[in-house]
Amino acid sequence: MSYAARRWSVRHARGLDACYRVFERALVALHPFWQRIGYERVEKPVAAVEKAVKGLLFDCRMCGQCVLGSTGMSCPMNCPKSLRNGPCGGVRANGHCEVDPEMICVWVEAVAGSQRMRAGDAAIRVVQFALDQRRQGRSSWLAVAREGAGAST
Amino acid sequence: MKFEDEPVPGYPLPILPGHTSPGRLERVLRAGVFAVTTELDPPDSADPEDVYRRARVFDGCVDAINATDGSGANCHMSSLAVCALLTRVGYAPVMQISCRDRNRIAIQGDILGGAAMGVCNMLCLTGDGVETGDHPQAKPVFDLDCMTLLEIGRTLRDEHRFQSGRKLTFAPRVFFGAAENPFAPPYEWRPQRLAKKVAAGAQFIQTQYCYDVPRLAEFMRRVDDLGLLDRVFILVGVGPLRSAKAAEWMRTHVPGIHITDDIVRRMAGADKPALEGRRICVELIQEIRRIKGVSGVHVMAYRQEEAVAEVIASSGVLDGRTPWHPRRDHDLQLQGAAS
Repeated sequence: MSYAARRWSVRHARGLDACYRVFERALVALHPFWQRIGYERVEKPVAAVEKAVKGLLFDCRMCGQCVLGSTGMSCPMNCPKSLRNGPCGGVRANGHCEVDPEMICVWVEAVAGSQRMRAGDAAIRVVQFALDQRRQGRSSWLAVAREGAGAST
Repeated sequence: MKFEDEPVPGYPLPILPGHTSPGRLERVLRAGVFAVTTELDPPDSADPEDVYRRARVFDGCVDAINATDGSGANCHMSSLAVCALLTRVGYAPVMQISCRDRNRIAIQGDILGGAAMGVCNMLCLTGDGVETGDHPQAKPVFDLDCMTLLEIGRTLRDEHRFQSGRKLTFAPRVFFGAAENPFAPPYEWRPQRLAKKVAAGAQFIQTQYCYDVPRLAEFMRRVDDLGLLDRVFILVGVGPLRSAKAAEWMRTHVPGIHITDDIVRRMAGADKPALEGRRICVELIQEIRRIKGVSGVHVMAYRQEEAVAEVIASSGVLDGRTPWHPRRDHDLQLQGAAS
């Protein structure tokens, strides 16, 4: 079920991308609100909502450093090797995963999804830094709000 | 080819201008010479002689020897230890680093330690999933991936610091490589992925087995279009097949290996399959050499390592040169005295 939802999201990467852009603006605009309550205090409830929504749509693993915007809405944390920079060399001829033969490689999906993004496939070509494991389980949305507000001031 | 400053085993060569390592592999590649590398299967043993015996098989036919790091997620002697043993007698090993078993703290320590022991080449890999190996109950680490590993390695070397920012007092002088598989989907995106690896710090590439020259040629054309050929040396993976059955097994069971029907048919029709396998390998090497941008071959002959010398000699890719090995100069002197 969640696998089907995840594949639907990649097929609708363009629409989701557009929705997220609006949502991100709202998140950043709410920065004073988050700040008034305290980022640490809202962390848990917001992370719970984020996990529910993104878990349903993307099989999100809450790495806390969301890159869906550059991976065509295919979550790279679903890769058994959690590759965040492209497919490994073991992808099967039918495009399925070497570790889980039932699953289409998340990077085959990502490449397809990235073609549908409004900004094109420029983002998928950028090298992603190593994950900060401390952010596992924390909200990416709040991080975006905080960083977005920080950047604009 | 012979350099004036050939290595004294255990002592580093001087570093040439524009080079990042004092290693022989980087020298050969930057000199524009067609390079040959191979793979040593690390022993299930703690006896150093087992390593030396396996290395000696390649004497005189290869420029560098890869020491695999738990390949196929199977347990063997560590890549770092194999490399340290090899550098003691002057060999040029390529230390494979996989992200499967160690986190960034261990890996950065190994890069420094390897470099301190004279390892000049390091191949940054993601690694196979533990499910495929002999310890499927193990915890897969994957704290880094090949790309972030390259970046961290380059930071150590060029910025003289750990990922944490803490300074090094002496940076590792290493030639960094990565793997690529032009023969696995998404095909059209593979050159892009190579570009990412180059951006992350890959200076040389060793590819998966090539049994499909047209697909390789197409890949190389795209790599050329992206302007990468001046920035990275590409060594194409090759290997002799043992039998039609082995070929069939490899292409169905080993992820990422693509063997064309033509080759399997040719193997099936041969009277002496092992011989045919070597002949096919020689032909592939000669065809691959003609493709623009190919800097060398990486011969993987798992459990038929003795075939490497023969295949390389028959292919003629060394153009008469004898790559360095611990007995070479001694042997040449003897030959000189005899003639």
